[in-house]
Amino acid sequence: MDCSKHNKREGHPAAGQPLDLHAARERLRHTTGKTYWRSLEELSLDPQFTELLHREFPRQASEWPEADAVGRRDFLKLMAASLALGGLSAGCARKPSETIVPYVRTPEGMTLGKALYFATAMPLGASAIGLLVESHEGRPTKIEGNPDHPGSLGATDVFAQAAVLELYDPDRSQVLTHLGDIRAWSSFLAEARVVVEALKSTKGARFRVLTGSVISPTLGDQLQSLLAQFPDARWHQWEPAGSDGAREGARLAFGRYVNTIYRVDKADVIVSLDADFLASGPGGIRYAREFARRRRPDVPGGMNRLYVAEPTPSVTGASADHRLAVRASEVSELAEWIHSQLTSGRLSDTGKNSGSEEKNRWASAVAHDLQKYRGKSLVIAGEHQPAAVHAMAHAINQSLANVGATVLYTEPVEAGPTNQLESLRELTNDMKAGNVELLLILGGNPVYDAPADFQFAELLKNVRTRIHLALFEDETSQLCHWHIPEAHFLESWSDTRAYDGTASVIQPLIAPLYHGKTAHEVLGAFSDQPSRTSYEIVREYWKSRAGGSDFEKPWRKSLHDGVIAGTAFAPLHVAAKVASSSRAIGSAAQARSGGAPWEVVFRPDPAIYDGRFANNGWLQETPKPVTKLTWDNAAIVSPASAQKMGLQQRVAATGGEHGQTLSEVIELDVNGSKVTAAAWILPGQAEATVTLHLGYGRWRPGRVGIQKGFNAYAVRASSGLWSASGAALRKTGARYPLACTQAHYNMESGRNLIRGTTLAEFHKDPKFGDEDAPPKSLSLYKEYQYAGYAWGMAIDLNACIGCNSCVVACQSENNIPVVGKEQVMRGREMHWIRIDRYFEGDIDTPATYFQPVPCMQCENAPCEEVCPVGATVHSAEGLNDMVYNRCIGTRYCSNNCPYKVRRFNFLRFADWETPSLKLLRNPEVTVRSRGVMEKCTYCVQRINAGRMEAEKQNREIRDGEIVTACQASCPTEAIIFGNANDPHSRVAKLKAQPRNYALLADLNTRPRTTYLAAVRNPNPELETPEKR
Amino acid sequence: MAQIFHRSTNTISRVSLFSAIFLAALALTVAAAVARSPYATNQNVPQEQPVQFSHKHHVGDDGIDCRYCHTSVETSAVAGIPPTKTCMNCHSILFADSPYLEPVRESYRTGKSIEWSRVHRLADFVYFNHSIHVNKGVGCSSCHGQVNQMPLVWQASSLQMKWCLECHRHPERVLRPRDQIFNMDWKAPPNQIEQGLKLAKDYKIRAEWDLTSCSTCHR
Amino acid sequence: MSAGLPADQSVGTRRGTPVLEPGYTYGSVTEKISAIVLTRPTTRGWWLGFGVSFLMVMMLFYTISYLIAVGVGIWGINIPVGWGFAIVNFVWWIGIGHAGTLISAILLLLNQKWRTSINRFAEAMTLFAVACAGLFPLLHAGRPWYAYWMFPYPSTMGIWPQFRSPLVWDVFAVSTYFTVSLMFWFVGLIPDFATLRDRATSRARQKTYGMLAMGWRGSARHWHRYQSAYLLLAGLATPLVVSVHTVVSLDFAVAIVPGWHTTIFPPYFVAGAIYSGFAMVLTLAIPLRAIYKLEDFITMRHLENMAKVMLATGLIVGYGYIVEFFMAWYGGNTYEIFLSLNRLAGPYRLFYWALIACNIIAPQFLWFRRVRTSVLALFVMSIIVNIGMWLERFVIVVVSLHRDFMPSAWGMYSPRIWDWTMFAGTIGLFLALLFLFLRFLPVISITEMRELVAGTQSSDKK
Repeated sequence: MDCSKHNKREGHPAAGQPLDLHAARERLRHTTGKTYWRSLEELSLDPQFTELLHREFPRQASEWPEADAVGRRDFLKLMAASLALGGLSAGCARKPSETIVPYVRTPEGMTLGKALYFATAMPLGASAIGLLVESHEGRPTKIEGNPDHPGSLGATDVFAQAAVLELYDPDRSQVLTHLGDIRAWSSFLAEARVVVEALKSTKGARFRVLTGSVISPTLGDQLQSLLAQFPDARWHQWEPAGSDGAREGARLAFGRYVNTIYRVDKADVIVSLDADFLASGPGGIRYAREFARRRRPDVPGGMNRLYVAEPTPSVTGASADHRLAVRASEVSELAEWIHSQLTSGRLSDTGKNSGSEEKNRWASAVAHDLQKYRGKSLVIAGEHQPAAVHAMAHAINQSLANVGATVLYTEPVEAGPTNQLESLRELTNDMKAGNVELLLILGGNPVYDAPADFQFAELLKNVRTRIHLALFEDETSQLCHWHIPEAHFLESWSDTRAYDGTASVIQPLIAPLYHGKTAHEVLGAFSDQPSRTSYEIVREYWKSRAGGSDFEKPWRKSLHDGVIAGTAFAPLHVAAKVASSSRAIGSAAQARSGGAPWEVVFRPDPAIYDGRFANNGWLQETPKPVTKLTWDNAAIVSPASAQKMGLQQRVAATGGEHGQTLSEVIELDVNGSKVTAAAWILPGQAEATVTLHLGYGRWRPGRVGIQKGFNAYAVRASSGLWSASGAALRKTGARYPLACTQAHYNMESGRNLIRGTTLAEFHKDPKFGDEDAPPKSLSLYKEYQYAGYAWGMAIDLNACIGCNSCVVACQSENNIPVVGKEQVMRGREMHWIRIDRYFEGDIDTPATYFQPVPCMQCENAPCEEVCPVGATVHSAEGLNDMVYNRCIGTRYCSNNCPYKVRRFNFLRFADWETPSLKLLRNPEVTVRSRGVMEKCTYCVQRINAGRMEAEKQNREIRDGEIVTACQASCPTEAIIFGNANDPHSRVAKLKAQPRNYALLADLNTRPRTTYLAAVRNPNPELETPEKR
Repeated sequence: MAQIFHRSTNTISRVSLFSAIFLAALALTVAAAVARSPYATNQNVPQEQPVQFSHKHHVGDDGIDCRYCHTSVETSAVAGIPPTKTCMNCHSILFADSPYLEPVRESYRTGKSIEWSRVHRLADFVYFNHSIHVNKGVGCSSCHGQVNQMPLVWQASSLQMKWCLECHRHPERVLRPRDQIFNMDWKAPPNQIEQGLKLAKDYKIRAEWDLTSCSTCHR
Repeated sequence: MSAGLPADQSVGTRRGTPVLEPGYTYGSVTEKISAIVLTRPTTRGWWLGFGVSFLMVMMLFYTISYLIAVGVGIWGINIPVGWGFAIVNFVWWIGIGHAGTLISAILLLLNQKWRTSINRFAEAMTLFAVACAGLFPLLHAGRPWYAYWMFPYPSTMGIWPQFRSPLVWDVFAVSTYFTVSLMFWFVGLIPDFATLRDRATSRARQKTYGMLAMGWRGSARHWHRYQSAYLLLAGLATPLVVSVHTVVSLDFAVAIVPGWHTTIFPPYFVAGAIYSGFAMVLTLAIPLRAIYKLEDFITMRHLENMAKVMLATGLIVGYGYIVEFFMAWYGGNTYEIFLSLNRLAGPYRLFYWALIACNIIAPQFLWFRRVRTSVLALFVMSIIVNIGMWLERFVIVVVSLHRDFMPSAWGMYSPRIWDWTMFAGTIGLFLALLFLFLRFLPVISITEMRELVAGTQSSDKK
């Protein structure tokens, strides 16, 4: 709400946090010389922790150790079990006595047992999304999007959802160290003073600061003043997954850095040149929302049409009406050809482009459509495409008069936009030349993710003093003298900007768990006011900006709203210089003319991004949108290329299609540097292109991410940051097990699981999707009558882009455990909502469909009638209640569930020991024990809360008042939940639509979760990809 | 050849046969009885507290309203155990130096909480919400008994699921007028059932199926 | 003994091979059988056999403790295959547990003389098999210590079991079956206990057998009561033979899983049960008669009759398979059709074909008298059928589950070490109990054999 309240809460650092930091310090004081230890728990000799050491992992954040070994605790459980068998737990075992520990002074504005919501924002890469964070007695437990924030509109991506687990990750670095010895922050400040004095004399020569992309106005300001203070110091930036292409493209086209904003909802025709704009990059969530709004077949203004040309299947490509699989290097050619077609007045179907037949037809169709929809079309160049393509896209949009309509240009969002690759090159050259004495690395992990040919790790040793600020003691910290634990953004005061420049203040939800510091404070240490807190720094910055009389009121308002009013950038008026663009393309074409058999494409990982989330169990276990792989990355190749190479993959007997796939290990040789990786055959992948996802193969990520996948950075050179030609693949003959949750691609004939058609067909026969379900009279049991609410859900398959944020949101809301690769390979992952992915059509260029599958809450539920103890029962509002405490675990219900949405705790998956993870739990949901079935309940805890509030106010629940976790997080509003009994509710209206159909309706289970059939809008000029 | 068994064996065997059946039955009865006894449920067992706090005195004699200390009972799931501050509101003046109150003052000085011993404990998988009950005409004493007569508080009800269900199946038996909720001495009028049914209608108490759906209390 | 055993010798001597080789007197019969228990020394073979099976029991206990300590996750089960070896073995053991009561009860009511010499250990086998079976439904639960919630008792929770669930029916069916079989067995034993008591030499044995004999003195009144009780229990047991496996089959038939959801299951399960039951009786009877020289009591006639029953039930089972395919094709249900194809050609096809070979092809040899009368052939055959019936249960449970409605949720099941130890452990338990039985109780009903003697001797008494 506002800062004052927050400061109060800071009085209770990490309410209930069990670490005895005092004991830790005491011990350290009395130890002499080097002491090696893993974490504070160990120091404070917390018995729980010593016990933890005996077990391999803390589990929630991590895997179930294989060989489910029996520990001491387990044998205690055995005892308990046998006692229970003796009937003693029949409720006649005495309850242990408990104490209640009230506050001494209750924090202002807190009602025990009632959650509070605070607005903040999560910066990632070159933009941020606004968040509302749910806090229980001072513990942030769940993250929602901030509806008032332009970059969020209430939705989030997977990374934001999982941030709360990162906050409580027990592996986070917990103390400030110098050469491995623990130091106090004060001693660092002292050290810094000394250095600063020394620097003053040299005007900061040999002083270098390395950051990621800086989108915090305050930090940018601090850096500028630092450079003013030390004129000869240098500020370098490196964002491994950043987009130099976009920045330099703008420079090519406009002669300056600009920020490009798309108005996707204004576009009738969208052409993506290898741009995954729905799921990644600045504004992704916003764009997905706008895209989906125009995706409904009955939308005013008509349904939009999406063309995508890309080398490797992305979620954007999956939603395309016409997807063209091209090698990354051919995209520029494509762009140029389209441009020439549009500019050279007449559209010729046989252009000069020498591409394949298919490519020609695609390109000319695109050209025609763009021409047809001048001013209502949009061409988007991919973040990972070279500058030339971006320049060309700018030129095309300009020639189509899209600028101002569907494309806007503004001042750059970044504080100091620059060519980061060159910036890092400059730094490494200086290091090589020994011109760097003091290197301050604020966040980031260059030792791991800098281009291989820079040999950053090697050169780093030339630097006399290296200081690293990071959340984890990672690969870079290992090589730095000073390691400073970074404060998580949920613990920090800072600020940031959204894709359109809108600024938000980042306010902490909890006092730093491990006394972490923010970049502001570390940088501040080198200023002349070293001991300012980041709160003061940020506040003063905005105060200076406001400069007005009354600062307090707007400041509190912006904290409350999560956005600072009027900070969005105004559109710029810039003109693209076409000539330079084509020249660039030309040069790009020359660069390309090296006819190597294989082309390597690098992409940030859809689950762990550039590797910074490698230790996040939720993200690691989230099946990647298209491949459905978990816990690993793979070298993705097309079926045809695989055939040529004789690559195979086979489903192992363990887990099977829903679990383990044995893939062949190949060795990649990219211009000399080698890496071995598990190959993965993916329909829709471009010919002779192998895609490597970044972020895996880390050697110091923490206990969860260790030894997962292979390191794609090892073969990523500055010459080919995003795509490199001249790679060679070699079979090693070895096999590697991959945990894939859906190895089965097709839908099997006769099973109309996903219904889809074309827009034209749809207009002819709107009720195509509707399959007549058997008459209600068929059921033996009499039908339920609902006096009050009857909850229901409608999922729009046209809107779903398979981005996974619902999956992680559900995991976070419902305390769903992480089981680890081994268990996933056994087919035991616990996600309550899964996103099924089906390919359709021919194997090289298939149409891809996503289908989120939560519990269907059947009216005639097969699970209910077979449970011997009535642990799953029909509720008065139509839910299939799942009563964990009544379940004895016969698994009969799961066998009888045709949708297989039930999940079973085969082992004790939930982590009941790790102290910090206890703070993570949603207190409104039971933490399930071993041997118990669980499943989606439409977030019944939210339903109950909403109902009670309504009843206390003596009114009906309003439509949209209760929102399930998956619905809240969905960027495209694909999931709508509500009272199906109320004909005016949104869900009832959707269910009344002709597109509405029930999954496996012929079984007469009569699900309450129904689907809206997919309608695609193909260009008649090209034959439709799907024939149904 | 000699008898193996003595004559009495016949009787013994007969008796033992029947008593076996009888004993089995007895064992089950005892088990059931124990499960329902205060031994298992803690019902009617006064709990010692770190501070000699008497509800009888504060509520019964001084007539302090429940909500003065249990502030969130009408708005939140938990009624709320008062912070030390609440005690000190009065006791910084009243009995300001009574030795009995030393723990309270100490807590207030040191900022270290008083550790009260819990009286009413529900299993973790039961999600009880005070506010909705209080707002729907269930009085404090219906579950907590006449706290105004308890020097040391004890658990007045068994808190077993069966006990919960009794009301959830027949709410009319306990419903009272809204102004009687916090009245510790409220007694059901002779026409309680009829009045209860009327109140149930006024309060829009939901049907039995709703009140007894599992997800009403378990999630 | 009116209705019970109308001593109609012709039954006994109609065919060439009698049910009891001639030349036996009351004395010799009694002597021969009771000797096994009383006078004969415990052989090294017995100790060996018992020792091995006892070790397997220990392994079973270890597995169970580990299971309770860590959870059912130690098995290979997963989503979609929530039931694996545990339920397969349960159904298999229950099936085996059918022969005994069938032989004792139904054949008794049908005046089948030839049952006499095999019913005793057939019943024993039944009890032991059911005991093994009973372990699984309990232990396969995720939280076995709450399994008692399946019983209807007035709980402090104020709720009852969910009576629509076949698992609840199972609880009743199996426990009833076990109780009645036990009673039946014990009542049958009483006169023999008395015999043993009287012939026992050591005091301890006299006492033990004496107590078990419950003061049996063989007076007319005793005999009368004995007969009526025995007959009554037979009447009670008869419907149970049919009911138990019917209920077990409902565990599957009630579900909607393709491959389970079919009306043929009850009859076809019962037939299958008798099939496997008789196979197991043969597997045990053949070595038994060889070791204890009981060829005169368990004659070729018995073996051949059992072979015939196996052939008949085997054909019924085969018919069941055919009907499943026919229904899939005729009903035209996508999922049923897919299931049939998946059985024939899916990843588990080898199991299916092996099952066909064991249960359908192999028994056809029983048409030939030469096979039916060859002890060795019958022994091999019985083993094959036992394996076949286990495979059948595997196919029903696992193959149906692993690929049902949603291709996205298809998976595979492969047993892990603990699945195997559990299975082997129960076999050990079964054998161990059997060895104890052989050592301490008369494997053949002395009383009833005496009656047969009465039959085979010149019928002047009648």
